[in-house]
Amino acid sequence: MPISTMRSLLIIVVVAAVTFLTRLLPFLIFPKGKEIPRVIQYLGRVLPPAVIGMLVIYCFKSVHVTAFPFGLPELIAGAVVVILHVWKRNNLLSIGVGTVLYMTLVQTVFV
Amino acid sequence: MKHSGYGKAFRAAFPYTIPVLTGYLFIGIAFGVMYQEKGYNFIWAALMSILVYAGSGQYLAVNFFAPGVSFLSVIFMTFMVNVRHIFYGLSLLGRFAKMGKQRLYMMFSLTDETYSLYFITNVPKDVDEHKFLLAIALLDQSYWVLGSVIGAVAGALIPFPTTGIDFAMTALFLVIFVEQWLGSRNHIPALAGLGCGLVCLLVFGRDNFILPTMICIMALLLSCRRIIEKKEQSREDTEKEERYAN
Repeated sequence: MPISTMRSLLIIVVVAAVTFLTRLLPFLIFPKGKEIPRVIQYLGRVLPPAVIGMLVIYCFKSVHVTAFPFGLPELIAGAVVVILHVWKRNNLLSIGVGTVLYMTLVQTVFV
Repeated sequence: MKHSGYGKAFRAAFPYTIPVLTGYLFIGIAFGVMYQEKGYNFIWAALMSILVYAGSGQYLAVNFFAPGVSFLSVIFMTFMVNVRHIFYGLSLLGRFAKMGKQRLYMMFSLTDETYSLYFITNVPKDVDEHKFLLAIALLDQSYWVLGSVIGAVAGALIPFPTTGIDFAMTALFLVIFVEQWLGSRNHIPALAGLGCGLVCLLVFGRDNFILPTMICIMALLLSCRRIIEKKEQSREDTEKEERYAN
């Protein structure tokens, strides 16, 4: 270990506390029993699809389209996942085929 | 009687969590391997996955275990990588409100994947909703802990090249995106998320784009509130008319 056990434990506790705080915050601001403002109810309804869209972009954030392999493995495997899923609606099939295809692409095709 | 309710909830929830099982095992293993390379064995990996329970947060945290990293930067960087979680609870205030003691764990375990599952999963009619949600949360975290322990134990001994295995997570989010897209008629929020994310990624770069993205999404959704609520309203009306027609 590069640092002491005590310091390592302390880091874990701090990271855990800060992470928990980000998840807890909305529940602290709008405690139960208190009426939730209508605008927050509205945001609660429309945010999930927006967040999922944001997370899709987040997953592709490290792709470099200007350098080899120009994001092609991500584009191909991602397209296969979407097409396969619209067609079959089978979670495991879409994720399994997409992941194996991506691994094959980055390990053997676009080396 | 109460206990059988839990058994039923877990059995009903398990199939829905299989995609997360696959994804979490793989990225959990990757975390365990990275952490083990720093000199921390499986007990440490398990401790972190039980107490912290955050994918990208734990990947980042591996870098904190080095001399000369200040606690202030640990706090700031952890906050920035997890800031998106502030959104999640807003959609679950009502759903968690009557959950009693379990409510605290439900808040703690709100990862990207668990949160997303709640919205593409229909609670089976004969299963208690609260038990069902708790089952999803507990199953998901158990996969995460298991994956990180396997990774730390196996270390470099994994017998196949794992490069690219983390694409499982990308695939999972694509699947969730397609599911919610096909399941809703109003696509403005989904497009707002994609559009704001893409623009902010290009403008602010990959290390700093999440906070601006969240602000853009909020601004856009709030300014489109009339249009979206009108759409919601008209959909409710047509549904009512259809019901009356029958």
